[in-house]
Amino acid sequence: MEEIRTLLNLVYILSAITFILGFKLMGRPTTARQGNVLSAVGMAAAIIATLLFPEVVRYTYLAAGLAVGAVIGALFAYRTPMTGMPQMVGLLNGFGGAASLLVAWAEFVARPYQPVYQGVIIWLTVLIGTVTLSGSLVAWAKLEERFIPTKPVLYPGQRVVSVMLLAAILGGGIWFAIDTAASSATQVLLTVTVLAFVLGILLVIPIGGADMPVVISLLNSYSGMAACASGFIIQNNLLIVAGALVGASGIILTLIMCKAMNRSVANVVLGGFGADLPGKAQDVFGEIKPVKPDEAYLILEAANSVVIVPGYGLAVSQAQHAVRELMEVMEKNGTEVRFAIHPVAGRMPGHMNVLLAEANIPYDALVEMDAINPTMDTVDVCMIIGANDVVNPAALEDKSSPLWGMPIIEAHRARTVIVMKRSMGKGFAGVENPLFFRNNTRMLFGDAKASLQSLINEFKSAVS
Amino acid sequence: MEVLIFLLFILVLAIFLGFEIISKVPSLLHTPLMSGSNAISGVTIVGALIAAGLGEGEDTAALIGGIAVAFAAINVVGGYLVTDRMLNMFKKKDK
Repeated sequence: MEEIRTLLNLVYILSAITFILGFKLMGRPTTARQGNVLSAVGMAAAIIATLLFPEVVRYTYLAAGLAVGAVIGALFAYRTPMTGMPQMVGLLNGFGGAASLLVAWAEFVARPYQPVYQGVIIWLTVLIGTVTLSGSLVAWAKLEERFIPTKPVLYPGQRVVSVMLLAAILGGGIWFAIDTAASSATQVLLTVTVLAFVLGILLVIPIGGADMPVVISLLNSYSGMAACASGFIIQNNLLIVAGALVGASGIILTLIMCKAMNRSVANVVLGGFGADLPGKAQDVFGEIKPVKPDEAYLILEAANSVVIVPGYGLAVSQAQHAVRELMEVMEKNGTEVRFAIHPVAGRMPGHMNVLLAEANIPYDALVEMDAINPTMDTVDVCMIIGANDVVNPAALEDKSSPLWGMPIIEAHRARTVIVMKRSMGKGFAGVENPLFFRNNTRMLFGDAKASLQSLINEFKSAVS
Repeated sequence: MEVLIFLLFILVLAIFLGFEIISKVPSLLHTPLMSGSNAISGVTIVGALIAAGLGEGEDTAALIGGIAVAFAAINVVGGYLVTDRMLNMFKKKDK
């Protein structure tokens, strides 16, 4: 018996190695896919090894769970459109939390007599897992724009309520851990679970829709921490290592997103941004210079280098494919075309890259903000499609702007700027954009997809 | 208690390793990184399978374990498949 155990634990070590190497291979687009496959193989090995453990003797619930989960997972994976990726990742974070909290509950139900430290770990796993679950459900609803308003939901005494909840959960934890075999222990843990569920909702609901990328990253990290905590319950190194990797990944992404918005994590998490914006209009000088597609064509036709700044509006109007076509006709015309991607473009970290990759735009044409800015002076035309706040020069020039200090793509330094916009509305943050009023800016009003199509037609008719 | 210290030791090392490797992933791949880590956080399935496989007299625990298996399996299967689907779309310029 002992030999089998040792052997199976060796398999777990191999799985941990594949997870680590998998993440390492994720470092480059050429090897990322292999990394993912390697990691999946390691996971499959860990699952098979677990099934061979001597204490695993009953297969009904286990097989049913595996079958149901695998089918639902596969449906999610193939049915979700790329624009819906933030919602899917959000939901999966929540399911990860749910799985960990249930593992903790199962352990408690199977073995009520637990030493105090195990009681604490079970309580902690239930807490993290449940907050991850309910928080993710709220984040999902906000991203889907269903059930819950996207705007921050604020109410008086918000923080006091959250702190009191946390205190009650803490008290419940002490009560539970001191004697997990007490007759009241089940009720106490159940109460903790319910309170933690409410806490998760209250933590995410005051955060605005624009900040959801940060929230998903943070919940991603929590789901890893929950897995880690459940690893302590069953004393399994694989869960601890894998959970820690995911936890670290989520934290890194959270920090990157916060830095890109020039906000602290605390500022985002405490919420309310976008709910109480100063109503005063900023003074903006200059006038709007609208152009027709044929004039915009002449500008683009004469350009040697074009940089396109895409925003989420591009994906909403499903214009990725039109952008690719425009890119092709411009390249045929001898123009160098690149895309400048702001870290918060799209609705989750790296989202815009996936949306453009889906439209067959090669990834070597996608340039990060920090790499494109130093070259911006030599760019002939910077085309802005569906982006606003991430190119707002007020972030660099106007200390009174809410965007002040946020790193931006410095589109205004290009020789000519063409802004494609539906109308003169404001960005996500509700801030006026002085870029639209600059001397070198031309506004191409209308639906992005239709405007792109007329530009493509201009190029095509010029050739024939 | 001794085991606990040992496990904490592993945890601390793994956290440092995680920060080291993952900060090298370019922002180009951050979405697949997230869905991939979704899949890996489904590793809780190991604990869930053990709970779901418990023998006679542990019906409630095994049932809870079975539900946990379902949630974790959604993460594992959904996470890896969608990551693969996304990474398959990243193409280099063919020249």
